[in-house]
Amino acid sequence: MEIFQLFIAAVFVNNIVLAQYLGNCPYLGCSKERGVALGMGGAVIFVIVVSTFFTWIMQKCVLDPLGLGYLQTIVFIVVIAALVQFVEMFLKKMLPPLYAALGIFLPLITTNCAVMGVAILVQREEYDLLTSVLYGLASSMGFTLALLLMAGIRERLDTCRLPKAMAGTPIALIMAGLMSLAFMGFKGMAN
Amino acid sequence: MSVLKEFTKGLWKELPPFRLVLGLCPTLAVTNSAENGLGMGAAVVFVLTLSNMIISMVRHIIPAKVRIACFIVIAASLVVAVELLMQAYAYPLYQRLGIFVPLIVVNCIILGRAEAFAAKNGVAASAADGLGMGLGFTMSLTFLGSIREILGNGTWFGMAVMPEGYEPLRIMVQAPGAFICLGLILAGMNMLAFRQARRKGEQAEALARQQQGCGACGGCAACGAGARDAQAQ
Repeated sequence: MEIFQLFIAAVFVNNIVLAQYLGNCPYLGCSKERGVALGMGGAVIFVIVVSTFFTWIMQKCVLDPLGLGYLQTIVFIVVIAALVQFVEMFLKKMLPPLYAALGIFLPLITTNCAVMGVAILVQREEYDLLTSVLYGLASSMGFTLALLLMAGIRERLDTCRLPKAMAGTPIALIMAGLMSLAFMGFKGMAN
Repeated sequence: MSVLKEFTKGLWKELPPFRLVLGLCPTLAVTNSAENGLGMGAAVVFVLTLSNMIISMVRHIIPAKVRIACFIVIAASLVVAVELLMQAYAYPLYQRLGIFVPLIVVNCIILGRAEAFAAKNGVAASAADGLGMGLGFTMSLTFLGSIREILGNGTWFGMAVMPEGYEPLRIMVQAPGAFICLGLILAGMNMLAFRQARRKGEQAEALARQQQGCGACGGCAACGAGARDAQAQ
């Protein structure tokens, strides 16, 4: 039951893009069509789950015992960058079809602040390993949901007449604002 | 003269969040008050200026293949320094900014400027570029923070500025207000750009496309380079 609540909270109530402002660059950059959005979403789910797992272990087994907590930022970013590189190489060798689908998005993910953000958030909330990984899974699913919704809207926006100054990023941001307003309706469903 | 030009371009012509659409996450997240915007901006000025300087100093030593990783490590060390400084001297601000202080390291501006400018130019020019971009970022954040704080809270830097009976628009200091406000500001900047372009007799369309093509994907310079490396392997 608690896990269910965690999922609802992370996907809808505290949606990582719309309520916590993380991962806005890919949210606006990769939401022009649904196929691309799905690919990006899949890659983000994959990387966030794996990186949350490894950064959690890193924090608890290396940084905490040695009293190096202040190096968290630098260690996490190096772990994430190395991991993304490794995942890319692994997929290329072992799972070429998956690589073909996600490959071009992987290099973009190192600088996606949602990955780093989730890794730091679970440390600040002091979740245990299982909860951390589940939280990572749930919040990256929330990211994918927001990205897909946005891509659907933007595909339709293409055929609309817009003021020239609003076309592109400005209207996308305003749509994101409205979507975030709608997601605020989920408040109170879970903490 | 050219150093001055590098400095001033960040203040208006290539204003990071509004013109280049770089570094959106902190722009949206911490601007619920003018003070937070200013504090975040100051931290970014520090990291960006120093990272630009260091990267341009070592740019001949770093092998091209691992340069992105090197840039990230340099930026991360500086971010750790900022974190420690803020914990020592500005703890309340550090707590208000929350996870967005460590997240400066993945801010597209830092890597974007490192890749697009500091890796190709001298130390003085890079420092000027970093300082200018950082100050432009600070200005934009303070501006957006001011609008949101005045409308959403009726105060500016904590001082009451709205008349007595003003009912604050709470939504402005929450997430939806951030997105909508930034969207309207970007539209306003586009409009200004179109007007300028028309006056100069240029093609407004071309300008808009150039602005939004790469701009929308924040990490353009850094990501693009990463993707190129991947293809080369």
